[in-house]
Amino acid sequence: MRERPAKVVVRLEVNGDRHQLAVEPRTTLLEALRYELGLTGSKQGCDKGDCGACTVLVDGRPVLSCLTLAIEAEGRRITTIEGLAKGGKVHPVQDAFDLSGALQCGFCQPGMMLSAAALLERTPKPTRREIKEALSGNLCRCTGYKQIIDAVELASAQRALPERDERPTTGASREG
Amino acid sequence: MLTLPPFEYHAPTSVEEAVALLGAHPGAKLIAGGTDILPNMKHRLLSPAHLVGLKAVRGLSDMKEEDGCLRLGAMLTIAELAKSPRVRTLFPSLSRAAEQIAGPQLREMGTLGGNLCLDTRCIYFNQTHFWRKALGFCLKKDGTVCHVVKGGTRCVAAASNDTAPVLMTLGATVRLAGPAGGRELPIGELYVADGVANTVLRPDELVVELRLPVPEGRVLAGFQKLRVRASIDFPLLSVALAAKVEADGRVDWLRLAVTALGARPHSLGGLERFAGRRLDEPLIAELGRLAQKQCHPLGNIDVEPQWRRQMLPVLVRRALAEALTVPA
Repeated sequence: MRERPAKVVVRLEVNGDRHQLAVEPRTTLLEALRYELGLTGSKQGCDKGDCGACTVLVDGRPVLSCLTLAIEAEGRRITTIEGLAKGGKVHPVQDAFDLSGALQCGFCQPGMMLSAAALLERTPKPTRREIKEALSGNLCRCTGYKQIIDAVELASAQRALPERDERPTTGASREG
Repeated sequence: MLTLPPFEYHAPTSVEEAVALLGAHPGAKLIAGGTDILPNMKHRLLSPAHLVGLKAVRGLSDMKEEDGCLRLGAMLTIAELAKSPRVRTLFPSLSRAAEQIAGPQLREMGTLGGNLCLDTRCIYFNQTHFWRKALGFCLKKDGTVCHVVKGGTRCVAAASNDTAPVLMTLGATVRLAGPAGGRELPIGELYVADGVANTVLRPDELVVELRLPVPEGRVLAGFQKLRVRASIDFPLLSVALAAKVEADGRVDWLRLAVTALGARPHSLGGLERFAGRRLDEPLIAELGRLAQKQCHPLGNIDVEPQWRRQMLPVLVRRALAEALTVPA
């Protein structure tokens, strides 16, 4: 048996909060988030880069935290599903998922929402094709894809509105 | 839950330092984007005691045009390649290949150098330790038999990198850094027909840069990939084609490379015969037949080899059709 390498100190900036952790070098970002910081919103699905359930944003880009070493995430701005809502208000993507019934078991949802949020940051008015492409690395085993894509379209429309009260309803969006 | 085996991590800031670390720790492995080595480590396909991270190494993510070449740093991400207007304009087939590698998150993480050094893949290899043990292991790892070729003594795990065949058709060269300074090779010479380790990279060398000669005249290029799920999967076949065409529509040179067969991407031989011909229906049919004759899909991928073989001329035709529609 090989001797375990010593733990290393890693500084992570997660959802605007700075953390200092002592972890083994082999700790993935997903393990650090879930088991060191208690942020269990990022899901451990396949754990080998196939499913997208562990998607987080690193400097605004969607990446798989199960294939990212915590030590390599030092100095990066990490956003998890817990950090998507700002100032007590849900993110338009979260609101739209709720209104569209875009989740069944909910396991893929954090990853889906982060991929969707990243898409809307770089492409505020995506086409349906662009939405599908952006979410193509996130698997939903309940296969509720249609409502998920509807939700991202709705979120795109909602982001353009100043007030929550003026948001279109899901039904209106579907007919439109 | 798949845990990683323990290792020590090193973060060099220069290429020289990275080479020195590889030399100082025999068996050490490089980690760029991590999308290939980490799942393989989780499956205990390799358990290096030292990982040398390349993220902090300066100057490996540059893209510049110089001396009639486009120079691409090995740490450029696949997403950066796919989105680059310069790559799209100069080398559309490379753009097309990059945008079809894996899924969006993996493209943000994976790198050009990592794709070139992607470990070969096989249904009898890319499995958990428990699974492989149940089968009695194989030539590539821990065992002495090949489950793909009965009685086979050389590993035929498939080269599965989509950028390699494209770069072969575009005449790219790869620059390696090593303790003696480094060397530069035509990209096709990076690979050998051994699935256990399919590159000529020495343990203390690393890929630092790709050089693509900017085409002179009219060069058409296309790329086609066959996969189960068009959104994420590794290739069942990747076909890259490039042809230089004269003003009168006659072929000056034609290159075709195919991957996801055996351990190295296959560059089709005997294509000189097409010089002076036109890119017409008889040529397409002949090229398809030639590809079928030279390429032999194996049972190393979990899809009928016979179907993949039948798809070869189809992909050749589509690659050429794509090449003809992209403005050169």
